[in-house]
Amino acid sequence: MMQRPRPERSSMRAEQRSAWSLTAPYAAFLLAFAAYPVFFALALVFMHWDLVTPPSFAGGDNVRLLVTDARFGRAVLNTFVFLAIHLPLQIVTALGLALALNRRLAFRAFWRATFFLPVVISGAVVAILWNALYATDVGLINNLLAKLGGSPIPWLTDPSIAMPAIAVMVTWKNVGFYVIIYLAGLQYIPQSCREAIELDGATAWQRFRHLTLPMLLPQTILVVTLSTINGFQLFIEPYVMTGGGPLRRTYSVVLYMYTNAFSYQKMGYAATIGVALALIIGAVVAAQRRVIGTAEAA
Amino acid sequence: MRPVVRAGLYAALTLAALTFIYPFLWMASSTLKPPFEVGSLALIPHDLTFENYRIMWSRAPFGRALLNSVFVASTITASVLVLGSMTAYAMARLTFPGRRVLNAVTMGVLLVPGQLTLIPLYTLIVQLGWIDTYTALIVPYLFNATAILMLRQFFLQIPQSLIDSARMDGMGELRILFTIFWPLARPALAIVAIFTFMGSWNEVLWPLLVVRDQQLMTLPQLLTVFQLGGGAGTLGVSLAAAMVLVVPVVVAYMFLQRYFIESMAGAGVKG
Repeated sequence: MMQRPRPERSSMRAEQRSAWSLTAPYAAFLLAFAAYPVFFALALVFMHWDLVTPPSFAGGDNVRLLVTDARFGRAVLNTFVFLAIHLPLQIVTALGLALALNRRLAFRAFWRATFFLPVVISGAVVAILWNALYATDVGLINNLLAKLGGSPIPWLTDPSIAMPAIAVMVTWKNVGFYVIIYLAGLQYIPQSCREAIELDGATAWQRFRHLTLPMLLPQTILVVTLSTINGFQLFIEPYVMTGGGPLRRTYSVVLYMYTNAFSYQKMGYAATIGVALALIIGAVVAAQRRVIGTAEAA
Repeated sequence: MRPVVRAGLYAALTLAALTFIYPFLWMASSTLKPPFEVGSLALIPHDLTFENYRIMWSRAPFGRALLNSVFVASTITASVLVLGSMTAYAMARLTFPGRRVLNAVTMGVLLVPGQLTLIPLYTLIVQLGWIDTYTALIVPYLFNATAILMLRQFFLQIPQSLIDSARMDGMGELRILFTIFWPLARPALAIVAIFTFMGSWNEVLWPLLVVRDQQLMTLPQLLTVFQLGGGAGTLGVSLAAAMVLVVPVVVAYMFLQRYFIESMAGAGVKG
């Protein structure tokens, strides 16, 4: 581009004209479906609107309601419970499977493809499938437990088990995706580093702890960030499997937002939940990065 | 590796692979079993029956939902490829005032969480009178920022000499894009096509908001509504309904798994 001979003015104008006509649809799309919704989301925070009667000014009503709303607080808390189980589980299983796949193996593509299979399946299907797997009486998992001599567990109907059960399911669905990320990271660890640390007499564990794990830090940060964002988007799983119950223990923020908009027709409040959610995601991801960064420096 | 370690590794991998595959096999076989047999672990049905599929098909318009899903996902994919590459071409290869702004805004779009814009987008659709139309399902997805940035990145690598000589021959920008860039960009286009199609095929929250008419529902939406409405009644029937959504994806995945992994992993990291 730099060494291009300077074109004459008329051809430059022609280029501009074609560039504008090529990008005009996109520019219009951005205005209508990206810029407008962002600004209107902020405006909706200060409105009451049921979509039937004209919107009215709400002042700080929505924000005040949000701060004191126990249901919203519960949904946020539920998400943290979900993340507390999901994040460590996701990192350990993804890293474990990636390390196994990183060795010289027969049928490597086959193993990789099986781990990735649930990633391509719709979340709605996975929710319905696991609903069946978790079923207390005829579910596959309780049947397996019975074969091993265990007693059935009410996976989705016990308030203290339901959210962990969903966290395990989401880990199962997404792990193949994170295996690919870790595998890509493992390719970048130089052979010379491995050889050097082996010559120093490091055990396999020391090699993992002092070479592999630190070298994979960028991938781990990515895994934590993406699964956190994903965790805050939890919707179809509780919607299909538990309806947010038992005792609202699986109620998610997006499910609450959806209910406010779709069932209660409270557009202002639903948008307020959306804005709050975006802020919470940003804050949590920033905090995680700081913590992981300082832990590594120590 | 020592033989013991090697054996242990393969045993662990087999166990892991079974964890991912067995539930799907169990699902497929459960749809062919009568209700009293569904709980069993065996994969081969004792009393083979297609009753679950007959019930599922007669209770909700799954054939129609399949067509809706194919139509919506294909239209969106075609648009993201055609309109998206027109945009990406201009952003990569043409000089014009506003190019930098367009670039910056496109990157910015990736940082905006979908939850922030979901409700205002929904109210916009209501005000436009698009509830219960294909337009509502398609138009908000006509462009995709991730796709545009990916295509732009690819288009930047194509040598300028190709463009210059094509212009010398009197070719217009559109012809340069579709006859010179497209054939060269086939891998990038395939990656964009797969993640766009799959994203649309699996999307359920947006259709749940903007479509209430059963005849217009996409597959995952109808599946969800069917499940929640208790239309299924038994486990076998609800799993049979899920199969309609799964089978085409699994078949495509078996043939194109390398592209699926590259595409969906790449899009997730960038988006």
